[in-house]
Amino acid sequence: MIRLTTEPFDSGAELTAFCAGRTESGAVASFVGIARGDAGATTALELEAYPGFTEAEIGRMAATATTRFALHDVLVVHRHGPIAPGEPIVMVATASAHRREAFEACDYLMDYLKSRAPFWKKEYGPAGPRWVEPTARDLDDIARWD
Amino acid sequence: MRVLLFGRLGDLAGWRERAFEPAPASLSALKALIAAQDAALGAALDGPGVQAAVDRAIVRGETALAAGAEVAFLPPMSGG
Repeated sequence: MIRLTTEPFDSGAELTAFCAGRTESGAVASFVGIARGDAGATTALELEAYPGFTEAEIGRMAATATTRFALHDVLVVHRHGPIAPGEPIVMVATASAHRREAFEACDYLMDYLKSRAPFWKKEYGPAGPRWVEPTARDLDDIARWD
Repeated sequence: MRVLLFGRLGDLAGWRERAFEPAPASLSALKALIAAQDAALGAALDGPGVQAAVDRAIVRGETALAAGAEVAFLPPMSGG
């Protein structure tokens, strides 16, 4: 399931619900991304999405991951709008028969979300607002899967 | 035709959504029209990493546009 939300979410409750009722998935891996304060350099984040398009693009990537890693299920929850330091921005959970596929798919989906998912991230701080673009490291990370 | 700008492109232009009537017939004609009105925005639309989507599908190169199309200009993306 792919879900965009402007509200804070409870990653623990999301993970519990994702695991519930699984009798065939031996492995669930999850990742939670949290807004960093950078010691006061970032006071708030704002994420812009393209409603409709953003969910569809993440859904396409989740379908690719499902095939590539033989997943049983995928959950992506992603915030947009204003986000305070310490709040979760994104959560990915993957379910598969065995752990290796679940771990790798989670890593793959996060690399995708960092540099290819339709979001635009603005950081606010004492130095003024700044649009964040993928770093060299983000681009190296996604290139690992090509 | 509805034109949407995201991220830094919207800040640069001072708008994030605009109707263009009459609608330009191609992506290059739309970009030329925008550049004639706002040279800085026109240059930014051709800048590194900026993609265009027509009716919510990424397009590459020249593309014909229907009068009712939704055209979005997407600077480099960053989620997570």
